[in-house]
Amino acid sequence: MSYKPKIVAFLCNWCSYTGADLAGTSRMKYAPNIRIIRVMCSGRVEPTFVLKSFREGADGVMILGCHPGDCHYHEGNYKCLRRYHLLKKFLLQMGLEEERLRLEWISASEGKQFAELVDEFTSQITALGPCKVKETVETIL
Amino acid sequence: MKLAVYWGAACGGCCVSVLDVHEKLFTVVEHADLVFWPIALDIKYKDVEAMPDGSIDVTLFNGAVRNSENEHIAKLLRKKTKILVAYGSCAHLGGIPGLANFSTKEDIFRRVYEESESTINPEKVKPQPKFHVPEGELEIPEFYNDVRALNQVVEVDYYLPGCPPQTERLVEVFLAIVTGAELPPKGSVVGALAKSQCDECKRKRTENKLVKEFKRPVDVIDDGETCFLEQGIICMGPATRGGCGVRCIEGNAPCRGCYGPPPDVPDPGAKMLSAVATMIDANTPEEVEKIVATIDDPAGTFYRFSLPGSILRRKVIV
Repeated sequence: MSYKPKIVAFLCNWCSYTGADLAGTSRMKYAPNIRIIRVMCSGRVEPTFVLKSFREGADGVMILGCHPGDCHYHEGNYKCLRRYHLLKKFLLQMGLEEERLRLEWISASEGKQFAELVDEFTSQITALGPCKVKETVETIL
Repeated sequence: MKLAVYWGAACGGCCVSVLDVHEKLFTVVEHADLVFWPIALDIKYKDVEAMPDGSIDVTLFNGAVRNSENEHIAKLLRKKTKILVAYGSCAHLGGIPGLANFSTKEDIFRRVYEESESTINPEKVKPQPKFHVPEGELEIPEFYNDVRALNQVVEVDYYLPGCPPQTERLVEVFLAIVTGAELPPKGSVVGALAKSQCDECKRKRTENKLVKEFKRPVDVIDDGETCFLEQGIICMGPATRGGCGVRCIEGNAPCRGCYGPPPDVPDPGAKMLSAVATMIDANTPEEVEKIVATIDDPAGTFYRFSLPGSILRRKVIV
């Protein structure tokens, strides 16, 4: 049986979730590995959410928000950007590949870009193979 | 009342903080029989094993669980004790010994028994849990791959955080137990506040926390009154419970986070990471990266006392 990665994606309500919706209503096809969680803003995505995703068995995590300057709350996506870079540095120290976490901007009209991004990220994570966080924690007595 | 104090993987500081009750020790001894305390009393493990189950009223367990001896005594004391208190940062969340979860047993043994500058060990002899000598078999505790907090080994009734806990808090908790005051629900953190360090901190702060660079305390001439974070120095205050009397900050050193996270924060490091990241004064990936690069060791800094008790618990083993 070929490996099917589990991907958790946090999508902001105003741009990216609507973009994903557009991909759906336009009947675009994309990889089914993604589990979408709608949040009000990419700035709402706490690092805890990402860590918890990996702990529960996610192989990759995506955070999608509005393009810079377009945030419904003015600067939520900038806060997300700052957290993302620090979080990546932390994940590297914890022995994870930094490619397992991805931040991208998807607007409400970018259904096509969304579908392509999901396909591309899914194949990237497939190439990386399973994430070992859950397994590691389970080896602890 | 019967009282026991035990140290697992600990430095001894927690036991000293118990001794720091000074003359109040007489009040303690008036109310309590000290039945087991390796640092102060010569009582053997077999004596503890011989005690009836549930016969010790309160055990203050300090230190993390690093080896099979720590685990054995944790389980033994759990059986013998009515109220088991995880005393201090190491028992609470893993503490400083928990930083070993950035390595493996193999890494540690290689460093200590092969590579360290003062080691001469051409045969690469490593400790074995069992060893045969003409007189019989010798046994030492098994060193585990992971450091664990006490509640990852046995059920814990209360947590009294701190590195070490403030002695005054211990006395308060102890008196609450002996006077029969109503105790908080099981699993509570006692001897600490629900609010963060920042709520108690007297340093001046503004709404503007944005910084272009993070600095080590040694690189800043602290004015003694401005919020450390606003000076670009990482201070764990926002992600740490109050209750210590902001001792480090009063001593002009930033908070290191030994009291653990406030209630409802599942992961202290992630909370701190979130708070620190939003201070970064940049809006493009390149500029953000540049400022992030000025934080040398986010994992070790944000999880200094809490790695085993965090969501990821240890560095991933590949």
